[in-house]
Amino acid sequence: MSTEGLGNVVTQYFTCCEPPHELVLKSGEKLGPITVAYETYGQLNPDRSNAILICHALSGDAHAAGWHDGDKKPGWWDIMIGPGKAFDTNKYFVICSNVLGGCRGTTGPSSINPKTGEPYGLSFPVVTIDDMVHVQKHLLDHLQITRLLSIAGGSMGGLQAMKWCVEYPDMVQSAVVIATNYRHNAQQIALHEVGRQAIMSDPDWQQGNYYGKKVPKQGLALARMIGHITYMSEKSMDEKFGRKLIGKEKVGYDFSMDFEVQNYLRYRGDSFVERFDANSYLYITKAVDYFDLEEDAGSLAKALEHVSAKFLVISFTSDWLYPSHQLKTFVKALKANDHDVSNVIIESDYGHDAFLIETERQEHAIGHFLKRISKGVS
Amino acid sequence: MNDQNFELKKLASDSQAIFDLIEPRSKVLDLGCGDGELLYHLIQKKNCHASGIEIDEHSIYQCIEKGITVSHADINEELAHYPDKRFDYVILNESLQQVVNAERVITEALRIGKQIIVGVPNFCFLPARFQIFFGGSVPKTKCLPYEWYNTPNVRFFSLKDFRSFCKKKNIRIKNFIGIGNTKRVSIFPNLFAILGIFLLEG
Repeated sequence: MSTEGLGNVVTQYFTCCEPPHELVLKSGEKLGPITVAYETYGQLNPDRSNAILICHALSGDAHAAGWHDGDKKPGWWDIMIGPGKAFDTNKYFVICSNVLGGCRGTTGPSSINPKTGEPYGLSFPVVTIDDMVHVQKHLLDHLQITRLLSIAGGSMGGLQAMKWCVEYPDMVQSAVVIATNYRHNAQQIALHEVGRQAIMSDPDWQQGNYYGKKVPKQGLALARMIGHITYMSEKSMDEKFGRKLIGKEKVGYDFSMDFEVQNYLRYRGDSFVERFDANSYLYITKAVDYFDLEEDAGSLAKALEHVSAKFLVISFTSDWLYPSHQLKTFVKALKANDHDVSNVIIESDYGHDAFLIETERQEHAIGHFLKRISKGVS
Repeated sequence: MNDQNFELKKLASDSQAIFDLIEPRSKVLDLGCGDGELLYHLIQKKNCHASGIEIDEHSIYQCIEKGITVSHADINEELAHYPDKRFDYVILNESLQQVVNAERVITEALRIGKQIIVGVPNFCFLPARFQIFFGGSVPKTKCLPYEWYNTPNVRFFSLKDFRSFCKKKNIRIKNFIGIGNTKRVSIFPNLFAILGIFLLEG
């Protein structure tokens, strides 16, 4: 496959839901105007039938592939999106937008509330995965795309992909869902809650009213550290760090930094603070926790009844945050409805992170799956 | 999607026999579909709506590459959620001897398929009998190539045993093809066939 990437790309912006046409959220509250940050790669074909929407995970953004000026590394899924790659931009028109509630260009709690001229903070309404999907629908309307060749996402991105298939069955021809769950379960909610508590117990958080002041660095970094533990497996962590010491020959018998894994977590936490807003972390984790396809419809099989998308479902053997048996249940419910579903459980030691690391087998499966889907179209 | 990306390989004699039994444009599920070659033939040459279940990860990629819908799962636990009589044919070729609860899998296959096609290796193939009787060793044949300590097979039975099972369970044998080492066998298959293909109806 081609090693050449997309080169330089730019983030674009689009605003919708201007009052009085605000977006009615799942909670019943209204929100508008909403600005959406998005990027596109490749060319939309004349009959507008080659569009693929990529949905990002918890800490992702619209910059899925290619390079921005000054980037040290390319977009978060560059390895999969580009000429000759799984999401082949020579064939497909690929779109990725930042989610509602985010802090990377799309309206979220750090955005300025036009009514007050101040950042929303906690006055930003609580949003859900459904609301994120509705905003993405506005973006597709704006781009005049009425049918998606495919929608793809891992982790939180997978939730959006599932919701799309259920909410707009006629618009989605296929879906690639990776390392995710059809409902956020108690353990998944609990892990998020610890992260939120870390942020909210930071004195600098100030009930979310910290903009222009000292940000709750400690809390957000701690939340991210917890997150990172859940993204790795026992084995991958031990292989990467073992009991290696950091900058010393012997342990210190104190509470200073002894082990390399401590240093790694701290580095991950600190670098996250540079690019992410603590309130967005609260809102987005809450949106994920509210996700339950089953509850919305009464049963999972019922929720999937009218779906018309063909599915490729990918999970990883060592992912304990989103264990593969959860997606197995999802696959079974699709089969019970006689839907077309392929799935693969990739043998990997990388835990949940495998979604971004085990690219070779994913690229192969996704590339060939999309080939089959796009053949059915033309 | 009838344009071919892959060369259609010549099917093995057992797969060819199964292929011959299946009516065009049927809905087919292959339990233990391997690299998907039989399904690919059914899709390309008989316009079947064919999908598979396979436990080996590498084989899954080979199926997806051919454009086949395939599920990475264990057939012991994967059949319960399919609705009744969803498929025209359910295929169990040379997978039954590796299944823990063979009776349940056959019952489930008959529930979800209007007909099922079962391929069973014949443990009582004549040379196998010689190996036991004169050689005093557990037999090895083309279909049973393993040593006792590394075989994935958990069940050893003959074509006759399988016929008795069908009789006992009121399963109708609609058709049978005996496969020999070089050609099909119609006389005394329990002696001369290394493998038997049964077309069954519940």
